[in-house]
Amino acid sequence: MSESNPLAQTAPRTRQQVADLHFMDARYKLLDLAAFLDRLERASGPEDHRVLGLRKALPLLLEGGPDCVARILHLWSDPTVEPAPKADTKAATGVWPGLK
Amino acid sequence: MRYIEPHGHMVSRTTDDYQAMALAGCAAICEPAFWAGFDRKSAEGFHDYFCQLTQHEPKRAAKFGLPHYCWLCLNPKESEDLKLAADVLALIPEFLQAPTVLGIGEIGLNKNTRNEMKVLEQHVELAVKHRQLILVHTPHLEDKRKGTRLIMDVLRAHSGVQPGRVIIDHVEEHTVGEVLDAGFWAGITLYPESKATPVRAVDMLENYAAQRVWLNSACDWGVSDPLAVPKAAAEMRRRGHSAEAVDALLYGNPVRFLSQCANFKDPQAVR
Repeated sequence: MSESNPLAQTAPRTRQQVADLHFMDARYKLLDLAAFLDRLERASGPEDHRVLGLRKALPLLLEGGPDCVARILHLWSDPTVEPAPKADTKAATGVWPGLK
Repeated sequence: MRYIEPHGHMVSRTTDDYQAMALAGCAAICEPAFWAGFDRKSAEGFHDYFCQLTQHEPKRAAKFGLPHYCWLCLNPKESEDLKLAADVLALIPEFLQAPTVLGIGEIGLNKNTRNEMKVLEQHVELAVKHRQLILVHTPHLEDKRKGTRLIMDVLRAHSGVQPGRVIIDHVEEHTVGEVLDAGFWAGITLYPESKATPVRAVDMLENYAAQRVWLNSACDWGVSDPLAVPKAAAEMRRRGHSAEAVDALLYGNPVRFLSQCANFKDPQAVR
């Protein structure tokens, strides 16, 4: 893209600076996720498709590269291209139910 | 600081929210027509809602020194009923004469159905016929990528649509690039639980050309934060971005897009 970006003028940050700003935020979110998985371990019944989608996304966190969020969102997206015949609900669940 | 709230469903918010937004530097609020959380049963219900958006809410906002603008449409969540949609679309031209109407929105898709597509096409035709700006809602969560692509197909198929007069809202990391590359404006919605957080929004702004992007809170009757935009400003400043860059994004960008509508007045210019 050729358009200028007002936020691109700031000098690139070091990893140390990014960690100083955002590490504690990421730390508590990771622990919250771990606690959620622990809670599921203590529960019974079949796996929910949303949780399956979440588990499938976890390896993407370790792959590296700059677009981890986009890769996870693509993984959870409905891959079909044709309009649906009708709406059975107004709500979305967060993970495409057909994800295997 | 100063900013524009380009997408807030203020009929669902309290006067405390208006006061907090004004204190945080909000200079104007734009309110798209929205789903009420339940399906309205008749076109008369929409008539009353359009009166609320064009007549009552601007007076409520004015008590806090805030100019209030609106967009009109039938929300995609109510597009399955084609008869109701036709009746509501027939009402809209009358309300387009109101002095605070910015265009047609937020139109788009919810569950990406055939009927939603038909009503979207009718809204686009209405907007082109009346030379209106277009504000697009993209679907939630797993439906967003497919819906965004279907919506862009509809917009590109109409020869009267100028991409620079269309903003496609609720983009996320997997859709923002496609929207900007197609020449449309992109809106990033800041929600506590879904869509984007202020931190992710600033990441997107740093990674993409931000000249055709606005940030909004889309505050409504659900879990949402009417101060999400100034919180994103705080995140930008925390990362070392200049006050001028923040102003260019949160005030300059929405003013640039909205000024394509003659009804919109730059708040700074009229004070």
